[in-house]
Amino acid sequence: MSATPILEVRGISKRFRGLQAVDQVSFAVPQGGIVALIGPNGAGKTTTFNLIAGVFAPDTGQVLIDGVDITGLRADRVCHAGIGRTFQLVKPFGALTALENVVVGALKGTTEMTAARRLAWEILDRLGLADKADLVARSLTLPERKRLEVARALATRPKVLLLDEVMAGLRPTEIDAMVAVFAELSRDTGLAILLTEHVMRAVMMLSHHIVVLHHGQKICEGTPEMVSRDPQVLACYLGKTPPAGQA
Amino acid sequence: MSGRARDSAGLGVTPRAAVALAIFVLLMAVAPFFVSNYVLSVLVVVLFAAYFGQAWNLLMGIAGQLSLGHALYVGLGAYASAVLFVRFDLPPWLGMLVGMALAALVGSLIAALSFRFSVTGVYFALLTIAFAEFTRVLFDHFGWVGATSGLFLPVANLAHDDLLFLRGSTAMFYYCLLVLTLGALALSRYLLHRRIGYYWQAIREDQDAAQALGIDVFRYKVAAMALSAAMTALGGAFVAFYNNNLYPDTVFAVGQSIEIITAPIIGGLGTLFGPILGAFVLTTLGEAMTSLSGIFGIDGLKQWFYGAVLLAIVALQPAGLWPWLRARLGLDETRR
Repeated sequence: MSATPILEVRGISKRFRGLQAVDQVSFAVPQGGIVALIGPNGAGKTTTFNLIAGVFAPDTGQVLIDGVDITGLRADRVCHAGIGRTFQLVKPFGALTALENVVVGALKGTTEMTAARRLAWEILDRLGLADKADLVARSLTLPERKRLEVARALATRPKVLLLDEVMAGLRPTEIDAMVAVFAELSRDTGLAILLTEHVMRAVMMLSHHIVVLHHGQKICEGTPEMVSRDPQVLACYLGKTPPAGQA
Repeated sequence: MSGRARDSAGLGVTPRAAVALAIFVLLMAVAPFFVSNYVLSVLVVVLFAAYFGQAWNLLMGIAGQLSLGHALYVGLGAYASAVLFVRFDLPPWLGMLVGMALAALVGSLIAALSFRFSVTGVYFALLTIAFAEFTRVLFDHFGWVGATSGLFLPVANLAHDDLLFLRGSTAMFYYCLLVLTLGALALSRYLLHRRIGYYWQAIREDQDAAQALGIDVFRYKVAAMALSAAMTALGGAFVAFYNNNLYPDTVFAVGQSIEIITAPIIGGLGTLFGPILGAFVLTTLGEAMTSLSGIFGIDGLKQWFYGAVLLAIVALQPAGLWPWLRARLGLDETRR
């Protein structure tokens, strides 16, 4: 974690009525780094994501991308600043084809249709969706829609990709394929990835660094090995039993 | 249905579809030479419905924003051009520009007001009705433009059509409206192929996802409203000059707004040709019903019919008639 962080989160907090959903959370994602945000249900992972992605503004703290403060910016501005995101509950443009879905993302910052279509094809190809390009998104299977969600976000050419539970509901072989895609992307293009995930198998294979949240607070961070040995993490997140392949 | 893309928006034109469009345009172009004056006047009504339907379809069918108050823009376009003609002898083409600018401004204001405060969906629809009604009442008391007693355009019996001042035969209006309708078709198709068309559809499908992809949702929704309003106002000018009279209670009426939206719904929301097809089906069948109710002496048969057809189509072809007919005619795109 010596490289300059591309995404830096400094002490962000968010309170919903009586609930402190996120409490003074700080972490950083370096260029080309893959950081996982994990924690039990209700730990504040998705809220943290939404605070970064501009769905709502944090009560305190800062979000910086490439050193630029993007705290409290609207979601579309955050996207222009270089953050691409997926939604935990996928939100495909149902009546549009898979290709058109990705073209929408690729049109960020350009009106050049040919270039946008070319980029969209490349990304569909990378995610193994090229043969589904002409299908309307609502006719795709859930795993396909999850990949489409990623493809669309990638098409905006983000500096940081936020992946919100993209592995959920996938079969082990599909998870391995997704993991391979992300590992390759981050290695080849220097894309930084921040992900939340319940599928521990994917988290352990993919991430260089793990941040553990519990009740909105960061309780631990470090390499996968460090985190998986941390007694506090074992207690709150994995229960009393030692970590298995899947949580 | 395999789920193969049927191209929701109707992009891309197959050779077959191009031929079909050419035949349609040709038939429409020569129609005035072969049909009676009555049929021609029915076709004028068809084209009015088709054109207004297209303007509304751009907002609702493509950008997904439901306006139930488009009569407002018909009225603004009609009054702007008519008043400037009656009071200042200005050619309606100039008045049209004024009307379009005014409608775009009013539409933008309504949209901006609504979307800024997150008034969307049915609440937005209610607001559009409210503004149309409010304007109707305003014009009811606007003496300078005739208030409730209406505004009348001088009818001149000319030997030739005067295109500059839009005084002339039904055929002249027919051709004007045909050009408008085909122009609206071309414009809609063009925009659908551009970034703005993709963005509008993305907003229609899922606003949050659209915003997360960098789309300034507010700006694009306001733009859709402004364009749709301006197009509607352009048609409104022809309403004034075709009818030669204007009453706030007709031109701004809720009924007018509802009539505008039926053709695109019946024809196929969000499709390019749906509003035109819907206009043909509803107007011709409506005319037939009117004459039938004359023969049988049953009042209101037309309205019953409208209701029944709407129900039947919504039940049997919820996507509209055009997607169904397009498949029947073999005009569906096979891509690449």
